[in-house]
Amino acid sequence: MKKYILDLTVRENTSPHEKYVLLKMTSDQPLPEMAPGQFAEIRIDGSQSTLLRRPISINYVDYEKNEVWFLVAKVGEGTRTLAKVKAGDTVNVVLPLGNGFTMPDSPCKVLLVGGGVGTAPLLYFGKCLRAKGIEPTFLLGARSANDLLQLDMFEQLGKVYTTTEDGSHGEKGFVTQHSILKQVRFDQISTCGPKPMMVSVARYAKAEDICCEVSLENKMACGVGACLCCVESTQKGHKCVCTDGPVFNIKELTWQI
Amino acid sequence: MANLSVNIGDLKLTNPVMTASGTFGYGREFEDFVNLEEIGGIIVKGTTLNHREGNAYPRMVETPSGMLNCVGLQNKGVDYFCKNIYPDIKDINTNMIVNVSGSTVEDYVATAERINELEKIPAIELNISCPNVKSGGMAFGVTCEGAAEVVRAVRKAYKKTLIVKLSPNVTDIASIAKTVEGEGADSVSLINTLMGMVIDIEKRQPMLSINTGGMSGPAVRPVAVRMVWQVAKAVQIPVVGLGGIMNAHDAIEFLMAGATAIEIGTANFVDPAVTVKVKNGINEWLDAHGIQDIHEIIGALKDY
Repeated sequence: MKKYILDLTVRENTSPHEKYVLLKMTSDQPLPEMAPGQFAEIRIDGSQSTLLRRPISINYVDYEKNEVWFLVAKVGEGTRTLAKVKAGDTVNVVLPLGNGFTMPDSPCKVLLVGGGVGTAPLLYFGKCLRAKGIEPTFLLGARSANDLLQLDMFEQLGKVYTTTEDGSHGEKGFVTQHSILKQVRFDQISTCGPKPMMVSVARYAKAEDICCEVSLENKMACGVGACLCCVESTQKGHKCVCTDGPVFNIKELTWQI
Repeated sequence: MANLSVNIGDLKLTNPVMTASGTFGYGREFEDFVNLEEIGGIIVKGTTLNHREGNAYPRMVETPSGMLNCVGLQNKGVDYFCKNIYPDIKDINTNMIVNVSGSTVEDYVATAERINELEKIPAIELNISCPNVKSGGMAFGVTCEGAAEVVRAVRKAYKKTLIVKLSPNVTDIASIAKTVEGEGADSVSLINTLMGMVIDIEKRQPMLSINTGGMSGPAVRPVAVRMVWQVAKAVQIPVVGLGGIMNAHDAIEFLMAGATAIEIGTANFVDPAVTVKVKNGINEWLDAHGIQDIHEIIGALKDY
């Protein structure tokens, strides 16, 4: 897929929660094709010391409105600076990067498991699955009800189950403890979120012999496979998360599961 | 349009802008963003005799206006390069240059001999300055004796343009440059990364898997400019300058300090199209100042 350096215009910056912002951006040109699970490298302007771009997953693409969305967790200087952009500002992005999630060839039961801001790429994946006639099931986990983001959007795309650590929404506990996993046997699981969560999901999938892929977010510099900084250890040696990933089948990895 | 062409030994560059090894892959990674043939030279990823997995993750940490890396020369070895990568890049119409590294003198020589056979590779950059490998690498580049030994051996085996990449992690970089010039190097490039360290105070642990890493980016640029200036005064061979160049202004600083050509590294991560912008920017600056030939500014520094 051809990659582009684009100056996008911020159309909207809303904050669903103090820790996150949802940035909706548009372009004067039609946005390029993007696959679910791919990401963008966003340049951080206006920070004294931040040099490198920040890799941010593609949250949603609305081709009719010519909009791409990024759900950004404010974790450090770079993302906090990015979170301050206002409608009308220009943001320089490189996209689309990485491989993306696996689109099933035929109708099957797909489970998308997200934790925290890791739910972001699952929204666009859900949209693309629906476009192929597959209704996904979402299993979304967070610390508390406040941290469950974009639930209304997910509900339009498929069945949504939730867990929270404090029990304020859905079942209390972690995603891998949710009762739906005992009731339904899924054919494919795609997951994105904190590593301990993805490891538990991978362990469940392996035990149940379900095809499972995880989306990684190793620290990255170039985003295009040149610097070899973001490598993950795999069965075939070090692979770049930015180009060979960010999505990996759990069988490729060397996780202890 | 000013004349931007420069020579490094027998190597002819249409313009002085090259890419720093390890920051531009094998070139193809950037072809969606820039016309590769507009770049004066592309120095590809460090290549060693045998396959290297490199160091464990994490390999990178951002620092104020810079970054540290400890990739550790991950590459598939020279045979793989010759069989699988060279055929794909040999017809890119610019100077495709291979950065050669090793753990022993014999490794360097064997790798250089293989690259010498490749018709479309007009030069190598001999890396005696990688700070991220346990043996070899920088060990050769921090003493005059070590540098002399490896350059002497490679010079016998390698017939085309030999650029030697120097480490800034030394007391007197000019004396190392003079030594490698004496052993027959056609050019020196500098600086490789500066050794640095960042600590996670909550974990009481370094942020990189091998504790230290090589620092690059605009934060190191004044150090690099100073070293290029010192080396350019000390040697007769052309100097290639690098270290934190982000734009044409920065590149011109290096040229005035005495560099005949420059390399762009970390800036490729910030703007994948930066190389061609720097080339165009140098040309615009020369035009704006009524300068017709880039040689008029190379080493044209006036003492304060």
